Amino acid sequence: MSYVTKSPWVIHYDGSSCNGCDIEVLACLTPMYDVERFGIINTGNPKHADVFLVTGSVNEQNKEVVKQIYSQMPEPKVVVAIGICANNGGIFKECYNILGGVDTVIPVDVYVPGCAARPEAIIDGVVKGLGVLQEKRNAMDGNTAAPAPAEKEEA
Amino acid sequence: MGKRTIIPFGPQHPVLPEPVHLDLVLEDEVVVEAIPSIGFIHRGLEKLVEKKEYTEMVYVIERICGICSFGHGWGYCASVEGAMDVEIPERAEYLRTIWHELSRLHSHMLWLGLLADAFAFDSLFMHCWKLRETILDIFEKTTGGRVIFSVCKVGGLRKDIDNETLKEIVDTLKGLKKEIKELTDVFITDTSVKNRLCGVGVLSKQDAIDLSATGPVARGSGLVQDLRLNGPGVYHKLNFEPVVEEGGDCYARCKVRIGEVFQSIDLIEQAVSQIPDGPIDVPVKGNVKGEFAVRLEQPRGEAFYYAKGADSKFLERMRVRTPTNMNIPALVKMLQGCDLADVPILILTIDPCISCTER
Repeated sequence: MSYVTKSPWVIHYDGSSCNGCDIEVLACLTPMYDVERFGIINTGNPKHADVFLVTGSVNEQNKEVVKQIYSQMPEPKVVVAIGICANNGGIFKECYNILGGVDTVIPVDVYVPGCAARPEAIIDGVVKGLGVLQEKRNAMDGNTAAPAPAEKEEA
Repeated sequence: MGKRTIIPFGPQHPVLPEPVHLDLVLEDEVVVEAIPSIGFIHRGLEKLVEKKEYTEMVYVIERICGICSFGHGWGYCASVEGAMDVEIPERAEYLRTIWHELSRLHSHMLWLGLLADAFAFDSLFMHCWKLRETILDIFEKTTGGRVIFSVCKVGGLRKDIDNETLKEIVDTLKGLKKEIKELTDVFITDTSVKNRLCGVGVLSKQDAIDLSATGPVARGSGLVQDLRLNGPGVYHKLNFEPVVEEGGDCYARCKVRIGEVFQSIDLIEQAVSQIPDGPIDVPVKGNVKGEFAVRLEQPRGEAFYYAKGADSKFLERMRVRTPTNMNIPALVKMLQGCDLADVPILILTIDPCISCTER
């Protein structure tokens, strides 16, 4: 069971973001922030992923893609909405082609604010997501009494 | 002739940071046709000019793209300033040029990393992004933001860089130059890298002209086309020549961008040595009446900005045309006849910025 928290794999999809949050997500994986030392790996395959990082808001064209990726991920899974656009539409909220935050199409567990969200904030969001992941795992096993492991605060 | 197969590529794909969809028509392993479809990140932000005042709109325009955000802010401000007949102080022009070149530097380092990732040279990818962080630190120190800066405003700049910091920037870049050189030598000389890049996706000079390719894609095919020669900024006071390669393949495009990395460092050094003291903004009052267009050399090529005032606080029309938009026809041409395994590299060599393209 502990393997989930030890090496969570993330999948990243760019909803309709400006790239700012996307390159910050990528920056998290590179030597300056290097989340790989905690076993976090970016995968392109939804079926391998535990954590879904979405940047940018949803529109008519991409909402099916977001839903599809979400439905292909195995349970338990966590969705982290990164950046203010993914939270509620942000600066583009009034645009005609924006439906709103990611939570209009799939359930979101952790909201990371910022425009663009800083790598520190993204890592913090993912670490929070890991706690949620463990809770979901426990609930699936019917073992709600087991405490969630302490978050890796040193992250 | 083998049987034709259609492989959908994207919108969610490991090599693509952004969603773009291609239908690849294959005969065995060879692509015979590529049909692009875009529209996954269209936001419709040009229409926001009707809801945001022209002074506020710069925040929206900067968020067209998080990689070349400074250039977009500059292009917008320059077009509105042109429409209002506002002349901005010289120091502001110099600082805009310096920030723009820093953006080019970080954009090309990012691209080199992604290219290395596309041909699965992961340590090279990591090293490129490690060096890029130094440039982001400069941004953070001077503007407060890592990717979105909001320093441009209509009439000048919001923030000044004092001369001491400018010298520090030059010193940092001098140190960085040596490290970048070590890294880019790998791209230029390493056999395995050359195997993946040389002779792949050749775009002839005539095709580049016919398909209106722009930026490093055009320069990689031997076209001398660089809007810094006659665009806004203080480039006319700096000494530089466009980086042009003749090959037209992925290797040539890679070499152009590597050349431009060093060129940007050189341009920043020159600009810092010339920069005059003085104010960084002029007060701007009243409504926008006229219309004006600006062409600007972004890291990916020519970007076009058009602003038209309606004698109110809101612009009547704002139009942006971005470089990737112009390079997609060239990409489709390059993809014809290439191997399926080379598709990710080919897509990357035009340095696609889909959020610019769709806005």
